[in-house]
Amino acid sequence: MSESAVLIVDRLCKSYGGVHALRELSFSVNSGEKVAVIGPNGAGKTTLFNVLNGQLAADAGAVVFDAASIGGLPPQTIARRGVGRTFQVPATFGSMTARENVQLALFGRHTQLRAAFADARAFEAKESLALLERAGIVALADRSCATLAYGDLKRVELAIALACRPRLLLMDEPTAGLAPSERATLMSLVVALAANDGVALLFTEHDMDVVFAHADRVLVLNRGRLISAGPPSVVRSDPQVRKVYLGPPTLPGNA
Amino acid sequence: MTLSAFLIQLLNGLAGASSLFLVSVGLSLTFGVTRVVNFAHGSLMMLGAYIAYSLIAGLGGGAAGYWAAVALSALAVAGVGVLIERFLLRRLYGAPELLQLTATFGVVLIVKDVVLALWGPEDLLGPRAPGFSGSVNILGSAVPQYDLLLIALGPLVLFLLTWLLRTTRWGILVRAASEDREMTAALGVNQAWLFSGVFFLGALLAGLAGALQLPREPANLNMDLAVIAEVFVVTVVGGLGSIPGAFIAALIIGVAKALCIAIGELAVFGVVLSFPKLTLVAEFIVMAIVLALRPWGLFGRPPALPRPSEQRELLRPPGRPLHVIAAAALIFMALLPLFADEYTLVLLTDISIFALFAASLHFMMGPGGMPSFGHAAYFGLSAYAAALLARTLPMESALLIAPLFAGLAALVYGWFCVRLSGVYLAMLTLAFAQITWSIAFQWDAVTGGSNGLTGVWPAQWLSSRRAYYWLTLTAAAIAILALWRIIFSPFGYALRGVRDSPLRAAAIGIDPRATQWAGFTIAGLFAGIAGALYAFSKGSISPETLSIPRSIDALVMVLLGGLQTLVGPVLGAAVLTSLQDSIVRHTEFWRATVGAVVIALVLFFPDGLAGIVQRMGVRGRHPT
Ligand SMILES: Nc1ncnc2c1ncn2[C@@H]1O[C@H](COP(=O)(O)OP(=O)(O)OP(=O)(O)O)[C@@H](O)[C@H]1O
Ligand SMILES: [Mg+2]
Repeated sequence: MSESAVLIVDRLCKSYGGVHALRELSFSVNSGEKVAVIGPNGAGKTTLFNVLNGQLAADAGAVVFDAASIGGLPPQTIARRGVGRTFQVPATFGSMTARENVQLALFGRHTQLRAAFADARAFEAKESLALLERAGIVALADRSCATLAYGDLKRVELAIALACRPRLLLMDEPTAGLAPSERATLMSLVVALAANDGVALLFTEHDMDVVFAHADRVLVLNRGRLISAGPPSVVRSDPQVRKVYLGPPTLPGNA
Repeated sequence: MTLSAFLIQLLNGLAGASSLFLVSVGLSLTFGVTRVVNFAHGSLMMLGAYIAYSLIAGLGGGAAGYWAAVALSALAVAGVGVLIERFLLRRLYGAPELLQLTATFGVVLIVKDVVLALWGPEDLLGPRAPGFSGSVNILGSAVPQYDLLLIALGPLVLFLLTWLLRTTRWGILVRAASEDREMTAALGVNQAWLFSGVFFLGALLAGLAGALQLPREPANLNMDLAVIAEVFVVTVVGGLGSIPGAFIAALIIGVAKALCIAIGELAVFGVVLSFPKLTLVAEFIVMAIVLALRPWGLFGRPPALPRPSEQRELLRPPGRPLHVIAAAALIFMALLPLFADEYTLVLLTDISIFALFAASLHFMMGPGGMPSFGHAAYFGLSAYAAALLARTLPMESALLIAPLFAGLAALVYGWFCVRLSGVYLAMLTLAFAQITWSIAFQWDAVTGGSNGLTGVWPAQWLSSRRAYYWLTLTAAAIAILALWRIIFSPFGYALRGVRDSPLRAAAIGIDPRATQWAGFTIAGLFAGIAGALYAFSKGSISPETLSIPRSIDALVMVLLGGLQTLVGPVLGAAVLTSLQDSIVRHTEFWRATVGAVVIALVLFFPDGLAGIVQRMGVRGRHPT
């Protein structure tokens, strides 16, 4: 484990009744690093993210973020410590515009949430527009999130997550459900923004082109167990990984 | 207290538990299959008691006649249940939960007035059950045979139901439907018959419980809400949808009450504590402990993740045109006393008060996403506090301090309520409101019991109708504007964010529960402002001020106006208050009328008045 590890996961276990979703999972993420988590459907990727951001309690094991244990803390506390999150199915505030979504995330950062009598609309209007601009959807700022297309929602989520100025960003399938061309564009954007803000990135992905193009390191999960880890080139040629996930020579498209 | 006296109380408690179980299990069954919580389930039990009263009288005094009458009453109620399912619920299975709940509340109001029309307002005590009118000697005390019959009946019904659900084809279908509705549909099961069937059974049990209750308690018009509140407590404690849960919870509550009565009798010689109050407190404590430890009840499972957020309407802050209209309306309202007569002034005062009351409920249900069926608790509590405070303090101080009591109650009740969501939350708000009502109703020494408190008049300078109206209008307008302002403050956005997506809210650092708790408390506080204004406008208050029907009034105002808009509730309050005013003058059956309006509203105008206006506006702009 390196000195600059921003996240250290130690022997994490989680089961749902009889299903072992995570078994003795250990790994770490360095600050600014881009780490991909791959594995077949049901491997435990989403479960891992839910445990990391506090939505689910682990059965055993430790999670250390920024040199402090965050295991067992509620998601809002973990978020305030600097762990951002996007969801496999985009989660945004449907009764608000894209800009209001980002504004709300900014209020939280400035701990203005308790201000019950201030007019919210004036707050952070500029910064929220700037964030939407960076995510490439400033033109949609005043559209309701309930009416946005799937790909645009993914971008709103990205802007929301960045608004919280995370040190670590957990992205569950950032490009799922998008057209192949859009996938590459969005992922490049994510990586550029993360690099700019010095954010470490832990993401899951079924598109191997995206993974191998952008990840510094790849973790392979199967049935909750870490079966391989290392730089893309190493993982790619790992026979065990080929067997359970990547398959023989040709890469699978999308699950 | 002797051991034998205690034993009698215990057996009495267990007998009560049995009938409570019969009603509760029916609610659980119908909920499991249809996913609709039928708020009229208590009304079905009440109907059972009244029908049994008439049938027993009609079929003569013999044992055969008596038990035939009990069976026939249960069947008749089952028929009513099927009618409700066929003609109302069936149209609403796809509708949002809130509308389903509200529609069944319409049924509560209609059934109450039907019973009032057919049987009159007097309590009706039935004869003793032939064959079970004596008592049995147990440990030297006389235990009524009828209690023993009921005690045996509970486990018997539990056994029969378990058998029915585990072995018969129909039962297996019911269980499958409770687990997974889509699957049963895919299996080609005739859903319509399944749903009607389960409603038949649920209503049958409720009707039976009502008929069996008759020798123990007279049939009366308060039964429906008293029972449904208890049933909700049982269901919340046992776990919604769980049959053994309903049984165990009914037993726990029955025994806890018996213990209280026992202790209460003991205390008669020491500190004067009246035991009916303690039974309510006992119920409250049982529920509080269970909810704090297991929010989904002893045998309940957490509901599957909240439905992926329903299509949300964009909530816009009031624009300039609305400001102008609102200002004009306010000036108009302020000038009215110069022309209006006394009678109109009373109506206008009421409208201002209820507009604030409705706006506070809207704050909680709309942006807050927390449906409440017991909002009158805060309104009424503050009214009582105002009346009591005014005995020692100047009226102005009482008016200012009283809402704080409502806020305090909302703080306490809210702590429990925000642990739940959706139907569970609605059930709990109703249970709390009913408990509050019962305390006001029974605590004669302080609240004046069913008579309430009189002589609650405003200070000298406010004693004219006109002056008081101006005060009310100003206070209500300021409070409503404050609520709107909160909705568009950072806190208000956070509250709405938690409603829209609790996951997303937590992931950006918002504490969902704390935010909702604060929202709940604010809503209670503002309802309290309305309640305090109300107390001094009427000069007297009664338990009716915090009764469930008053909560429903607020709910109807909000739905009538439209949940998705800010002005809706104010509009709804104006319309419903004027409407009620004229209905009350023309018919004594105003409840049924309101009930029918509610049902019509839910079925035909789910977006309310504001929704209709909006839709016309949108159509005007984009001709499609
Ligand atoms: N709430 C739950 N209750 C029970 N089992 C669950 C639950 N959530 C996930 N599981 C199970 O845990 C395992 C891991 O699921 P998870 O969603 O973490 O996988 P994943 O790697 O994210 O899959 P995908 O690639 O399909 O998103 C699966 O076997 C799944 O069926
Ligand atoms: Mg997943």
